[in-house]
Amino acid sequence: MSSLQLLGQPQNEPRRIRILVAKPGLDGHDRGALVLSRAFRDSGMEVIYSGLLPTPEQVAQMAVDEDVDVVALSLLNGAHMTAFPRVLQFLKEKGGGDIVVVGGGIIPDSDKPKLEKMGIRGNFGPGTSLKTIVDFIKKSVEENRQRISRKEGGSVTRKPRSKNSVKKAKRPKNRSR
Amino acid sequence: MVGADSYWVLKLKQFEEKGKKLSPSDFDLEAMKALRKKIDDWEKSVLTPFIDESPEKKDPVDNASKIPLKRIYTPLEVHDLVYSRDLAMPGEYPYTRGVYPTMYRGRPWTMRMFSGFGTADQTNKRLKYLLKEGGTGLSIAFDMPTLYGYDADSDRAEGEVGKCGVSVSSLEDMETILDMIPLDKVSTSMTINAPAAVLTAMYAAVGEKQGVPLEKLRGTVQTDILKEYIAQKEWAFPPDAHLRIIRDLMVFCTERMPFWHYISISGYHIREAGASAVQELAFTLADGFSYVELGKSAGLDVDSFVPRFSFFFNSDMDFFEEIAKFRAARRIWATVMKEKYDAKNPRSMLLRFHSQTSGVSLTWQQPLNNIIRTTIEALAAVLGGTQSLHTNSFDEAWALPTEDAVTVALRTQQILAEETGITNVIDPLGGSYYLEWLTNEMEKEAYKYFEKIEQIGGVLEAIKQGYIQREIANTSYRKTKDLESGKRFVVGVNKYEVKEEEPIDYLKVNRALRKKAVTKLRILKKRRVESRVSRSLQDLRTAFENPDINSMNPILEAVRSYATLQEIMDVGRQVFGGWKEPIIA
Repeated sequence: MSSLQLLGQPQNEPRRIRILVAKPGLDGHDRGALVLSRAFRDSGMEVIYSGLLPTPEQVAQMAVDEDVDVVALSLLNGAHMTAFPRVLQFLKEKGGGDIVVVGGGIIPDSDKPKLEKMGIRGNFGPGTSLKTIVDFIKKSVEENRQRISRKEGGSVTRKPRSKNSVKKAKRPKNRSR
Repeated sequence: MVGADSYWVLKLKQFEEKGKKLSPSDFDLEAMKALRKKIDDWEKSVLTPFIDESPEKKDPVDNASKIPLKRIYTPLEVHDLVYSRDLAMPGEYPYTRGVYPTMYRGRPWTMRMFSGFGTADQTNKRLKYLLKEGGTGLSIAFDMPTLYGYDADSDRAEGEVGKCGVSVSSLEDMETILDMIPLDKVSTSMTINAPAAVLTAMYAAVGEKQGVPLEKLRGTVQTDILKEYIAQKEWAFPPDAHLRIIRDLMVFCTERMPFWHYISISGYHIREAGASAVQELAFTLADGFSYVELGKSAGLDVDSFVPRFSFFFNSDMDFFEEIAKFRAARRIWATVMKEKYDAKNPRSMLLRFHSQTSGVSLTWQQPLNNIIRTTIEALAAVLGGTQSLHTNSFDEAWALPTEDAVTVALRTQQILAEETGITNVIDPLGGSYYLEWLTNEMEKEAYKYFEKIEQIGGVLEAIKQGYIQREIANTSYRKTKDLESGKRFVVGVNKYEVKEEEPIDYLKVNRALRKKAVTKLRILKKRRVESRVSRSLQDLRTAFENPDINSMNPILEAVRSYATLQEIMDVGRQVFGGWKEPIIA
């Protein structure tokens, strides 16, 4: 187990949230994802944007490669009940099972409890304020970090990252695959 | 390199000249001076004491495009107006007041409701329902796999089949969609872009089977790939490849399908992506000019192919801005076609458009309110002189519309046409000082964008650099922040909210559709003549590899042989590759 103190981070300073904003599958309607990417950036998070048309597997791979705290999935095309759970499944398979998954877009009410049960949280619809979403994500990540640290028994740790996965980019990154 | 004699720079200088008090206009100079004095007096003796007692909104108030608005408009704000030059009569250059001399007095706008979902069969039923209820034109919506050129049995189509439009994987699906619909009697619009040429070929093939020749087919295919790169993001190949195929379609249709609008140059999606009305106006027309250049580069004479251009605009909630936008669009198009592109045929100068009420203005909260929003937006489109109109249904922030909801949307148009009297007088708001001033302002702002885009190197270069996309994203973010901070209000969302929203009934698309489609495709592939299919795809590859061959003919043959949409598009993907958009952050 390694401690973040090795990387020079003081123990009681909260680590910046790393978030992947992604649109899995065939959905080019990216206005929401682009607005959220900026809002997350403005709220102090490190944002990576998946770009258009990644498969659910590619999204999960990006999340694990970028060692994110949370994946924010946005879909407006009705395919969320297939695509969101797929991302979750691939995350678990690729060792990203501890990553928080938050959803949003055009999601009928009847689908929300099903998604929640699977572990996809939030599921924010049209007209949700940016503040609500940002606060929710910050809270979820904090709770998740505490859960993980309890699990790992002790100080707040993070999987050691190799040099190239430390992204200093302040702008949302367009990952094209 | 653009020098000081750029057409756009000249036009901007012209606007500046017109604004100076000394130019002759319909308004008498002495009368204007006297009016100025009267208004100053009014401000001193009537307005100021009144405001002292009862304050106004903070000054200045901006419209939705951030154009600062005065509290009232008078002849002074349009003092440079010359009716015959700036407005003219309807059906007369520059067509500000309308494209036809009689407008709705001769024929109402086409009530063309965009629809499609699930299977070809379900969509066929919905299309027939709309025609029965008084819809006067067809408009087909396709699902995401179809829009991107994937078949329903593709891995990428998992979870997507029939969800936001009808699934079309082959000519067989198109035959079902159009079953018992006489193609010599209806006109059909197909909202499809990357595979537009393929869907056109499918429509033509269905027409053939019905005994309706190509020359008689009436309708539109959206095709406008530039706005895909800019806003809707449904492209398949790199820009040059798509533009080449569009050129082929242009040439083919100009020769063989004289009543087919092979392109619908669109602003709707640009607006939905977050652009302002000014940006929608500017970027749409800039795209239009690019397509004029495309046809010219194919050796076509401007007057032979531009008359078949059509346009597609959004109609959103800032009421007067929308009407001004439509009028400015007509004037700009006519002026530029005549002055810059030397068009001689008046039909090349006519900007005829379809419009759709804004989807993004609809709220999930208190959905019945959306009926009011759609009505206001439809009214703006009609007062703006639209040729054809789609009205959104109130439940569309939830799902695709139910039959009941879509009926209300259609009735909205019918009530406007039958009960309001607005169709009795052409361009009824023309002459409003505010409207004419705003029309002028938007026109000016559009020219500024034309100049900027030319400086960058044209629309395609601006897209590759992400300039247009970034402009849109900036406006989009600004609009969201305005909502967030209470600078802007949306009823039900950040004002007059209710604690508990009442759920509504909404359309649910059967998830098992993909299985049905997969089976259907398997059966199709067994009964078709495989050798004919592979030969047609080989010919298509040859055509794609050779820009001198018109790809429409091999596409038609492939479609007739029941090659699937993806089989056809995959040839393109193999030859041309794909395209990744620039980072716009």
